Amino acid sequence: MATTAAVVDHATHAHADDRSFIRKYIFSTDHKIIGIQFGLMSLVFLALGGTLAMMIRWQLGFPGKPMPLGSLLPETMAAGGIMLPEFYVALVTMHGTIMVFFAIMPLLMGLFGNFLIPLKIGAPDMAFPRINMASFWIAVSAGVLMMAGFFVEGGHAGAGWTGYAPLSARPDLSGVSLGQELWCLSLIILGLASILGATNYITTVINMRAPGMTWFRLPLSIWALFIASILVLLAIPILSGAAIMLLFDQTIGTNFFNPATGGQPLLWQHLFWYFGHPEVYILILPAMGFVSDVLACGSRKPVFGYHSMIYAIISIGFLGWIVWGHHMFQSGMNPTLGMTFTISTLLIAVPSAIKVFNWMGTMWRGSIHFTTPVLHAVGFVAMFTIGGLSGVFMSSTPVDIYIHDTYFIVAHLHYVLFGGSLFGLFAAITFWYPKMFGRMMNEFWGKVHFWLTMVFYNAVFWPMHDIGVHGHMRRIYDPSQYDFLKPLAPVNTFISISAFLLFATQGIFALNFIISWFKGEKAGRNPWKDTGLEWSTPSPAPHGNFEKTPTVYNAPYEFSVPGMAEDYLPQDQKADQSRAPAGAGH
Amino acid sequence: MANATMMGPPAETQPATGVYNGKVGMWIFLGSEVMFFTALIGSYIILRFAHPEQWATPGQALNIPVTAVNTFLLICSSVTMVKAFAAIQDGDQKGLRMWLVATVLIGATFVSVQVYEYVHLAHLGLLPSGYREGSDLANAAASGVAWKAGPALPAAVGLYGTTFYTMTGFHGFHVTMGVLCMAFVTWKAFNGKYTVADHRGVEVIGLYWHFVDLVWIILFTIVYLM
Ligand code: HEM
Ligand SMILES: [Cu+2]
Repeated sequence: MATTAAVVDHATHAHADDRSFIRKYIFSTDHKIIGIQFGLMSLVFLALGGTLAMMIRWQLGFPGKPMPLGSLLPETMAAGGIMLPEFYVALVTMHGTIMVFFAIMPLLMGLFGNFLIPLKIGAPDMAFPRINMASFWIAVSAGVLMMAGFFVEGGHAGAGWTGYAPLSARPDLSGVSLGQELWCLSLIILGLASILGATNYITTVINMRAPGMTWFRLPLSIWALFIASILVLLAIPILSGAAIMLLFDQTIGTNFFNPATGGQPLLWQHLFWYFGHPEVYILILPAMGFVSDVLACGSRKPVFGYHSMIYAIISIGFLGWIVWGHHMFQSGMNPTLGMTFTISTLLIAVPSAIKVFNWMGTMWRGSIHFTTPVLHAVGFVAMFTIGGLSGVFMSSTPVDIYIHDTYFIVAHLHYVLFGGSLFGLFAAITFWYPKMFGRMMNEFWGKVHFWLTMVFYNAVFWPMHDIGVHGHMRRIYDPSQYDFLKPLAPVNTFISISAFLLFATQGIFALNFIISWFKGEKAGRNPWKDTGLEWSTPSPAPHGNFEKTPTVYNAPYEFSVPGMAEDYLPQDQKADQSRAPAGAGH
Repeated sequence: MANATMMGPPAETQPATGVYNGKVGMWIFLGSEVMFFTALIGSYIILRFAHPEQWATPGQALNIPVTAVNTFLLICSSVTMVKAFAAIQDGDQKGLRMWLVATVLIGATFVSVQVYEYVHLAHLGLLPSGYREGSDLANAAASGVAWKAGPALPAAVGLYGTTFYTMTGFHGFHVTMGVLCMAFVTWKAFNGKYTVADHRGVEVIGLYWHFVDLVWIILFTIVYLM
């Protein structure tokens, strides 16, 4: 093994890396490279999904006006620069699909699942490096198929990211055939990539922890990724099954979701949400884990209630399976059943609240260093709390019957997904960037990006609660057609302008990301003075990760331990060693 | 929790569970497969409860004896798989090869019989969408007379065809994948890649094979016999 060789050659880690460029950067089996590949792919999709959102906001803010640059689009999408209704529904569908499946999920699981798990548990790589590589390239091919849908006859899928049948199942109803088929096929293939990835992550965490890395010494980021991987493993095959049935309905004439021949459109909803609610926890749990790590480091305090955090993650992962009906209160469900789903959904707010209180407890009286990652983490806690609270409103059936399918839902899901997952990701990216690329991101521009994002983000999504309660429906092409929505037009315009500014702000992040890659200040091994194992390796970490397999002596968040020379105790350092400035010469 | 300082020198290939990665990974992967087939079987149950009138009496449209023999064959292939594993545990290379070849052949036979069954059924008139227009089955159902010494056929079998082809088809797809992987393992066995000390590939593919076999027993029961 490369690592053993390095021990012998202790002066310089001289296991010269003689892999070819292609082996090293394209078809690499190194989990860090694969993670970064996932990251770059997803960031491109994030930008693309954002661009689609800008088009949606143009239409809602300025209905019927020619879109800037709209004349570049073909006549089948925008006639004379004015967006067509068919294109609008395709945009809404693809914005959701891309953001959930090709941006947030692969950033959380693909980038950080890959990058962090082996480094943080002290393993040289994943359990199955080649399957890991395959997983990435399968995901890429799914992405290509999904993009192809924009260019086919009949336009892209338009049945929403939730693909409700029978609209999605019957081309004669939607006018879209190939686009919808590609949508199904792409999700099936992406599902395979996700399942392979999850199998890999779970095996790695179970089997490849370094000596001394017991379950209750795992950082919360790893616990969260581990539980989220189990959710991926068990939830994604449900989506794959459903998407296969839908694809068969479209192509070989099966009748799963076709009411004309006895099929059950509601079956699709049940399958989709039985996958879908665990999926939303796949989209938030890892972010919660990253934020816990970042907040502890930033506050120079151990995570408050480490064990209760773990139990909260586990119970969220468990309860997530019995709440799916809260998406279907309007489907004619028996009120007794609706009540059951209301109660289970309210229950899930309990572990979520425990986590929020623990984060506050972690920061309480800490000497908080407000670096960019910490700012994003604090932003996460605040925004997730708002999103979680609006979730509690909606879980009550009588309330939800009124606000279902309005902009209130859009507000909720963006508070948890943008305010939650994406702020968590910004925290994680800025925090682990030095370990990925060996350089720091610019702090000044990082802070500018954070504050502008925070302001514009709230300007975009907060008013959506309000117009939702006023009855503004989701997924409508032209609000100006409804008299009762006419007074809301100025709000829509305000939201749209804020959205353009929010989008522009992300350019700061993109530039900071790219420029720092080449010009950023060099990062040492441990720029944040954190306790995780990953910080004991060089930045960026070499192939094989550790010069010698680390031995773990401590709990994950030993900050400000009394009587220490430094205010942090790395997991792989014995308590008495740290009195001397150990490893300083390394 | 184990006290870290008491542990010996780090041994990086030592799995924490004492079970090697491939085996752990396969068990985990099978968890995912369970959920996949749960989605298919769950949908079957819902559709059948909603429209029991679309289901033909067992044995009327599907040929139970032929499939029963096929089921028996698949069970035999699990036995040959166990034999292959037992052989290499004893270091019996010849036995390993022979039993693996038998497993591959039986698996391939199973898939072939299934393909034959599909062709036959389509010819008779059952498609994933329901009756094929103008086919024997469609005519018999339309005339309402007894079919093959049983009661009259259902007027429509859209859901019956849908679930039959999807469930057995996806199982067949799994068997096909299994046969391909098994062929690869067999090829490695012929190159002497497995030893008494290390025959992980044989064990891992065996796990998958037994799982697919088990799923078939469930599917055969609910799709053919019920
Ligand atoms: C305290 C926790 C939460 C509760 C009680 C909750 C409750 C709900 C309810 C009742 C709905 C259905 C509303 C409707 O369609 O009428 C909903 C929708 C939604 N939630 Fe949550 N939620 C919570 C957390 C989250 C999290 C953490 C995420 C994702 C990271 C999330 C993402 C979504 C999404 C995407 C939808 C909309 C789905 C669609 O397109 O229809 N939620 N939530
Ligand atoms: Cu939900």
